[in-house]
Amino acid sequence: MIDEDSPGMNPGLAEAASGEFPGETENGNGRTPRWRKFLRSLKVPALAIFSALFLGGILIILTDTDVLWAWARFFNDPMRALTRSWEAVWDAYSALFAGAFGSLSAWSETLLRATPLILAGLAVAFAFKASLFNIGANGQMILGAIFSAYVGFTFDVTGWILVPLALAGGVLGGFLWGGIAGVLKATTGAHEVITTIMLNFIAAFLLAYFLTTDTFLPSGSANPISKNMLEQARLHRFIGGERVDIGIFVAIAAVVLVWWVLEKSTLGFQVKAVGLSPDAAKYSGMKVALIIALTLAAAGGLAGLAGATVVLGATGVLTGGVIGNLGFDAIAVALLGRSNPWGVLAAAILFGGLNAGAVNMQAETQIPVDIVIVIQALIILFVAAPGLVRAIYRIKKVDTEEAQSFTSSWGSS
Amino acid sequence: MSRRLFRAGVLFAALGLLAGACASEDDSGDGDSSDSGDGELICQVTDTGGVDDRSFNQTANNGLVRAESELGVEGRVLESSSEADFEPNIKAFVDAGCDLIIPVGFLLDAATQSSAQENPDQDYAIVDVDFFDSDAEEDISYDNVKELTFGTDEAAFLAGYAAAGATQTGKVGTYGGINIPTVTIFMDGFLAGVQKYNEDTGENVELAGWDGSDGLFTGDFDDQDKGKQTTKSLIDEGADIIMPVAGPVGLGSVAALDESGDDNLGLVWVDVDGCVSVPDACKYFLTSVEKKMDNAVYDTIKNVVDGSFSGGLYTGTLDNDGVAIADFQEWDSKVPDDVKDKIDEYKSAIIDGSQSVEPT
Repeated sequence: MIDEDSPGMNPGLAEAASGEFPGETENGNGRTPRWRKFLRSLKVPALAIFSALFLGGILIILTDTDVLWAWARFFNDPMRALTRSWEAVWDAYSALFAGAFGSLSAWSETLLRATPLILAGLAVAFAFKASLFNIGANGQMILGAIFSAYVGFTFDVTGWILVPLALAGGVLGGFLWGGIAGVLKATTGAHEVITTIMLNFIAAFLLAYFLTTDTFLPSGSANPISKNMLEQARLHRFIGGERVDIGIFVAIAAVVLVWWVLEKSTLGFQVKAVGLSPDAAKYSGMKVALIIALTLAAAGGLAGLAGATVVLGATGVLTGGVIGNLGFDAIAVALLGRSNPWGVLAAAILFGGLNAGAVNMQAETQIPVDIVIVIQALIILFVAAPGLVRAIYRIKKVDTEEAQSFTSSWGSS
Repeated sequence: MSRRLFRAGVLFAALGLLAGACASEDDSGDGDSSDSGDGELICQVTDTGGVDDRSFNQTANNGLVRAESELGVEGRVLESSSEADFEPNIKAFVDAGCDLIIPVGFLLDAATQSSAQENPDQDYAIVDVDFFDSDAEEDISYDNVKELTFGTDEAAFLAGYAAAGATQTGKVGTYGGINIPTVTIFMDGFLAGVQKYNEDTGENVELAGWDGSDGLFTGDFDDQDKGKQTTKSLIDEGADIIMPVAGPVGLGSVAALDESGDDNLGLVWVDVDGCVSVPDACKYFLTSVEKKMDNAVYDTIKNVVDGSFSGGLYTGTLDNDGVAIADFQEWDSKVPDDVKDKIDEYKSAIIDGSQSVEPT
């Protein structure tokens, strides 16, 4: 992914110049209107989603024995094969869509599942801005979940105070875990990709260990399921009978906060400056090592908050698999959202919707949930390889500049 | 040009999704080809392992599949891709009007309890769970939930006795997937059987990998390579008969024995008869500690069909054939006759309650 015809453009530069499309501003009529730029920035993600759904549809056809049977008799009744295929895909995707966005309870499930993805997606996106690839969101979420769960089932104080305390515990857990990678990077140069991956394993086994201790387990049980969170530590469910909780507002607040930090604050400026060129940042007097350490720690804090919303919200208990692969899905969300806080919000809602809709799709059509994981993977494949999308849909290169340079800046530091 | 194509693509995607949403109401009935008509609707919710996990989700599903063919019920399965799916999956089945919902695994404990409390007329049968209220420290049960549990230590005791009788090196081994009660109950019984053998004969057969409270665990139920490494290290320690209690990870033990090429090494398979589920490796299996979840699920479905379903605890034992050990097959000649006699004797003693299967 070397962009050969944008001379002098540092790969990271285009990324950090959020919203600026090099090349587009060069036309004689002055600057392109904002809304048009916005629409153009949606082009690759939208086409990636469409392409992934298309390929997912083919997979649905290939795994449906009825449809395959119709295809086997294609020459007897060609229309039947086509209509059966269309129906199979139609049924699947309509159930998927209905389960994601088709009703109040569908929206509830979607937002519930989007909440940790938004926060963890921000954790990955924020680190991207400093050219740091935070693969450790999963581990940071686990630490956040452990800390907040401990607060949530231990301190039996009345009133609303326990919720912010437990959330703060989650932030602290993630902050420390991200901070380890940050300090290692800042002081020894240990690459954050390596350290955060390894810290994921340590976090997972740490969680497994805690789930064997009397501190975490309810008395009389040896199953690795923690004590229940206290009722006053649970995130409030604000729609009667639906699972969505106030965690979604915490997540949206975090989106605004991260956007503000990145766009309006000195710290955000320094983070981006370090991401573009550590040397230049150093010469202009910034404490590069400190900023790198802080960025990873802050990213960890966001991921820790994500972990907290899971145990204080949806599950109410801590288990070995409570975080699952959310921290890795978050990388996908950050990619799809192009590390823009609002993009992360939208991408997380899409992924949350796919996960929520998959349950309904499976219930109505018996199509395995795995198909949705494949679709998510395909979306990321297309987003990460914009050249592929460009080739398929014959889009001129200039439109996709941002996504392209975005991915090519990985690992450079 | 490109913009036009782009717009067309987006429009197409949006229209497709919108139209799909509108059509879902009137159209959803005929999409399901597995509708067989009048049979009871029996619905299984797996945990995150999925229905083809070669382990307990799959064994439970075998009971459902058998009920489909023999009792004419209609079976449905929802797999959970994450723990966030448990509640909506169970709810989807409640909404679908299932006659029996079968959640599989201890992870679904809480989700099943809360659903059962909300829907007192809905029947459930949860596999591997005995409800326990840890605040009140007392056992709980529901009229509409059957708790299917298994005293696998009873059968594992017999397998441990047989392994101690058949070992050539004086050392047997075991390892688990994760240190959880449904795994360690096998290891406890196995240990108790080895100890009983030593007590009877005055020999000193050792068990590597489990001491009654802690032992060897691979950390998950997926990674067969870890099973292979763990098995090799047990062999290096001198163990010649090994019991993996780790679902498909046990296949790593088979691979390790394949590589070693040593005919004296053997395995004790768990959950199902190894000679049936892994026939190629039958020559390695001294025996298998069978945990007949499929039978328990089948019997529960049968109760639902003939109207005799009741809630409460079911424990599979040697007595009701809910657990068993498989035949020695190719290892028959390596197990001394007096050991076989003792095993029969202890089987009766365990059934009448005069022999404990707790390790000492």
